[in-house]
Amino acid sequence: MALRMWASSTANALRLSCVSRPPLSPAFSLSRCFSSVLDGLKYASSHEWVKHEGSVATIGITHHAQDHLGEVVFVEVPESGGSVKKGGSFGAVESVKATSDVNSPISGEIVEVNTKLSESPGLINSSPYEEGWMIKVKPSNPSELESLMGPKEYTKFCEEEDAAH
Amino acid sequence: MSQARKVGLPLMNLVRFNGVPILKQLHLEEKLLRTSSDNWCIINNGTNSPTVVMGLSGKPSELLDLESVLQDQVPVIKRFTGGGTVIVDPGTIFVTLICNRDAVPGVQPYPRSIMYWSGMLYGEVFKGIDGFHLRENDYVFGNSKFGGNAQSITRERWIHHTSFLWDFKAGNMAYLKLPSRAPEYRLARSHMDFICRMKDYMPRSVFIDKTVNAIGNHFSVKPLDLDVNAVAADVADAKFVHTTRLLMKEELEEALSVSTRELCHQS
Repeated sequence: MALRMWASSTANALRLSCVSRPPLSPAFSLSRCFSSVLDGLKYASSHEWVKHEGSVATIGITHHAQDHLGEVVFVEVPESGGSVKKGGSFGAVESVKATSDVNSPISGEIVEVNTKLSESPGLINSSPYEEGWMIKVKPSNPSELESLMGPKEYTKFCEEEDAAH
Repeated sequence: MSQARKVGLPLMNLVRFNGVPILKQLHLEEKLLRTSSDNWCIINNGTNSPTVVMGLSGKPSELLDLESVLQDQVPVIKRFTGGGTVIVDPGTIFVTLICNRDAVPGVQPYPRSIMYWSGMLYGEVFKGIDGFHLRENDYVFGNSKFGGNAQSITRERWIHHTSFLWDFKAGNMAYLKLPSRAPEYRLARSHMDFICRMKDYMPRSVFIDKTVNAIGNHFSVKPLDLDVNAVAADVADAKFVHTTRLLMKEELEEALSVSTRELCHQS
């Protein structure tokens, strides 16, 4: 099972690097060729990412998560103006007959939601770190970001999780 | 399985119902998924009356023959799990598994991993019956579907529930349109050509007994009496926000009206 998932993840990473190479910017860059984990982001053990820029944090699910979930066919996001709590569910994605909760890595006020996802849920698969972002939050407790994983720690976490199954 | 091997298996509460309304069953399941920390198996041997059950993202105008549904006053439920649309009735047997994320060794909280394991579980149930397998996420004999399943996955738990067509009325299938998103093996077949009856392969009580036995190979099963009416009444007070609901007649009429207008614009 672990070998199949590793092969699947690698194949998807290769497809990402060939078809949709994210632009490099001062804020983040690919940590290595064909990487599915980006520098400059923080990661939760439930496989969501956070990009903190100024007073706003953008949240989505990772490449690892979308790969394991399969083709996303429906996304449920909350209304702007609501609030999220660290570790709490704020929405869901549907794939392969399953709804899967998406949890917020931090607490705060939702200031924007990605409305493109209702018409194009597949953005979560094709561009999980860019066009597939889900919500933007004004963090109420920025110190929560410090307890999240960095790219290397998250990469190791994913490898260990897959190896254990 | 020997008693010695059963030591150390995680506990699973087993609840058995007969003819419980599917809306009550789904409310119970969603509540147990979200608020319990136990593993549960729920078996409902038939539901009381024909009901359409859609997945979370289902659109009535795309999936249902709304004129017939409204004319015959068939209830339509939108459930909290993903997946497609089914029509259930007293001939449907429901088997639900609600598990903590680490309850089953080797299973990750992702749909394909869960279904790979459930396919093996039901392989134990249907051992010796030619042609049973999990095919593109459906349970089939050969290329005919007899069991549809769906899941919901939270941070710490998951639910995998299945409606098995032990028997069904051909007329009821007419309420369902051919979905735009269908498994490849369906090959555009109509409902009647695509599905089959489990009763042609296994008696009803034998299926339920074998399912309980198979679950007992993975869990230490503890039968439990549960008053579904008491739990259902409690749903309104639950702290979690349940998403399973009965669609209002007005919603279905509006969906029919919108789809009729769209058809007129296209022609």
